[in-house]
Amino acid sequence: MEFLKAQLPNGLEIVAEFDPNAHSAGYGFFVQTGSRDETDDISGVSHFLEHMVFKGTPHRSADDVNREFDEMGAHYNAFTSEENTVYHAAVLPEYQEPCVALLADIMRPSLRQADFDTEKKVIIEEIKMYSDEPPFGADDRLKAAFFGSHPMARSILGTEESIIALTAEQMLEYFRRRYSPGNILLAAAGRIDFDALVKQATDLCGAWDAVEAPRERPEVDAAEAFLVEQRDSAAQEYIMQLMSGPAANDADRFAAKILATVLGDDSGSRLYWELVDNGLAEHASLSHYDYDHAGVYMTSLGCEPERAAENLATLVAVLRDAEENGITQEELTQAQSKINSRIVLSSERPKNRLFNVGGNWLQRREYRSVRHDLDTVSAVSLDDIHAVMAKYPLTRGSTLAIGPLATLAQP
Amino acid sequence: MSQKIFTHVYANGMVLLAEPNPSLESVAFTFLSPSGCRYDPIDQAGLATMSADMALRGAGNRDSRQFINDLETLGVNKHEAVTNAHTSFSGAMLAENLSPALDIYADLLRRPVLPNDKLEEARQVVLLELVAIEDDPSHKVMLELRRRHYPDPYGRSSQGDLAGIQSITQQDVERYCRNRYRPQGTILGVAGKFDWEQLRDHVGELFGDWPEGREEDIAETEIGEKIVHLEHDSSQTQIGIAYESVAYSNPDYFQASGAIGVLSGGMSSRLFTEVREKRGLCYSVYATPHSLEHRGAVLCYAGTSAERAQETLDVTLGELVRLSQGVEAAELDRLKARIKSGLIMQQESSSARSSSLARDWHHLKRGRTLEEVGEIVDRLSCETINKYLAEHPARDFTIVTLGQQPLEVTVGVS
Repeated sequence: MEFLKAQLPNGLEIVAEFDPNAHSAGYGFFVQTGSRDETDDISGVSHFLEHMVFKGTPHRSADDVNREFDEMGAHYNAFTSEENTVYHAAVLPEYQEPCVALLADIMRPSLRQADFDTEKKVIIEEIKMYSDEPPFGADDRLKAAFFGSHPMARSILGTEESIIALTAEQMLEYFRRRYSPGNILLAAAGRIDFDALVKQATDLCGAWDAVEAPRERPEVDAAEAFLVEQRDSAAQEYIMQLMSGPAANDADRFAAKILATVLGDDSGSRLYWELVDNGLAEHASLSHYDYDHAGVYMTSLGCEPERAAENLATLVAVLRDAEENGITQEELTQAQSKINSRIVLSSERPKNRLFNVGGNWLQRREYRSVRHDLDTVSAVSLDDIHAVMAKYPLTRGSTLAIGPLATLAQP
Repeated sequence: MSQKIFTHVYANGMVLLAEPNPSLESVAFTFLSPSGCRYDPIDQAGLATMSADMALRGAGNRDSRQFINDLETLGVNKHEAVTNAHTSFSGAMLAENLSPALDIYADLLRRPVLPNDKLEEARQVVLLELVAIEDDPSHKVMLELRRRHYPDPYGRSSQGDLAGIQSITQQDVERYCRNRYRPQGTILGVAGKFDWEQLRDHVGELFGDWPEGREEDIAETEIGEKIVHLEHDSSQTQIGIAYESVAYSNPDYFQASGAIGVLSGGMSSRLFTEVREKRGLCYSVYATPHSLEHRGAVLCYAGTSAERAQETLDVTLGELVRLSQGVEAAELDRLKARIKSGLIMQQESSSARSSSLARDWHHLKRGRTLEEVGEIVDRLSCETINKYLAEHPARDFTIVTLGQQPLEVTVGVS
């Protein structure tokens, strides 16, 4: 394994992890933009733009883009989060040149009006699809309540109304502001040819115009809300909570992830034994997510409505008990071996390493090898875990319930 | 590097298939146990699932908690599922932990504790899974599609039904595990980093003296209505379409699955292009081959808002019918490229390989290397696929819709 990096004069950075033994290679453009970089009048534009990027360029129609990816046998896709939009493809190593050429070309899309109008319908279908599935879009409302006026409160999908109102001109203006080379990372992993990659990026991306693409990073002022939304058609009650946790730039994040595994992994955790194994809840979990100068813990509980109040009280009691009495060395060791095994298994595929290498660079301008991650996880002590709980209380945050219940007792 | 699959059939009928890949640090195993939901008595739908849940609650001298703690300390990423034919227990881990992990799974399959005082908890877990489907419309429509398309018990899903789950007793679970968790029909697939002789001997020590179980016959019954609408309070309408195809063991299987790849593999495929890209009718649309031992089907899904559901159904059915007119060379070339890279990427996952090995034995009674699959794919041509398609046009559809309004079915139904 070898880490390599380069930067073009216009600011575009290129990072790669070279693995001579890999069978395949992964490539991706990571754009540092997402819903937190939007405003009310363009809510959902980052995600809609992600769809439009596949709709063709001055050199290619939408059909050409899909056809060419498929001709290489590429496994390709894209996703939009609160803060990143990522376009990625995994191919056999011999397809590096056409794969990177195609990815680079679609990063300068035409955004044609007719394609925009058709794709708008697809986006609305996507919003409707999520509104029919648990938690029926309520995760957006919880995020809004928890983050308040902080940009992380913004919905990734937007609403049906915001998407209908969005124009192609607004999207183009957003694209020009955010898809600047200094705000984009080209990452690669697996059996790649780095010199050829840099040369190609120079030829294809070197002329991209650079503009400032600033991001606001205000302090999070987390709210403590308790919301109940009634949805008669649901069979189960779904309850989610958000609490503050370490951010991506915070070294405590490893302790937070281990803590979440001990308390709320989907198997063998305290919540599993207290609520899932015994059939009280269909699911009950705690996870940690880290962002650019913001971090959260999230709990998720799904159960029959009659049991919801009691189960929520149990969940909160599990978190409170951990805060007051800590966790055991045995629990810590078990979680570390579980996490480390997952790290190794996932790292065997270049397309997984791609997200790791790209994500670490985007968040911290840092390269972390698999070995480095394993060592960091193993080095976390009980004191570290207890310190992170003292700093970020698990029992303070916002709660939202959605399902058949009209009211729910607050524990 | 040439691929090799080691195979060993033990005297009691249990089969071990293993494919080494020393370039990986991990190893994965998949047990397919012949205890799928098709063996549930008709009035006890859900028995296989509840038995699997109980079997995971302690084995040998480990209680429920010790069982999971020991696996997690070994770093075993475990997964279990009940399908129509099997209960599968699988795990992936660092290579050095394979032997102790298999020791634990030998206890699970041969010496499950089945704690009587946990029966009600297991029942509650299974009931909650059944309820959860009500909130998952796209999943629900596809379960109902399979139930309608195949004769019972081959279209059943593992979740069972309320009355069945409520009727299950401790004795039923004990009897089920005793009869169905057994060596004949059990297939163990292993892939990744291991030593073959050591593995074969160790599995022999763990399972060689496992006594054989009793065989039962299965009677088939047709389910009735093939075109149904389920009322559901949702903004989208879910559409499931099925029609007959060939089984995985059929020599023509790759002709059939190649044609489905043209219909629905990659974003340049016909369904994605016609339904989503050109018309913007839906976010999700696909078709996929599905195979049982002696029969197969194409299962197709689309989800769209109620007012555009009729057009989505019409366009989708139109593409299914049009497929019988044949595929084109450029479409086939793209398909081959996709399959080829998919095969090579599969080698990077010990989990994917271990389950493929076990599944291949179930259908073919032998393992099949990815190289062999690659050669079959190389031999596909428009001529062979189009000959197959002319002889097997899409027709006699089973169609399940779920949403506020039923749809009109106007094409291709006889």
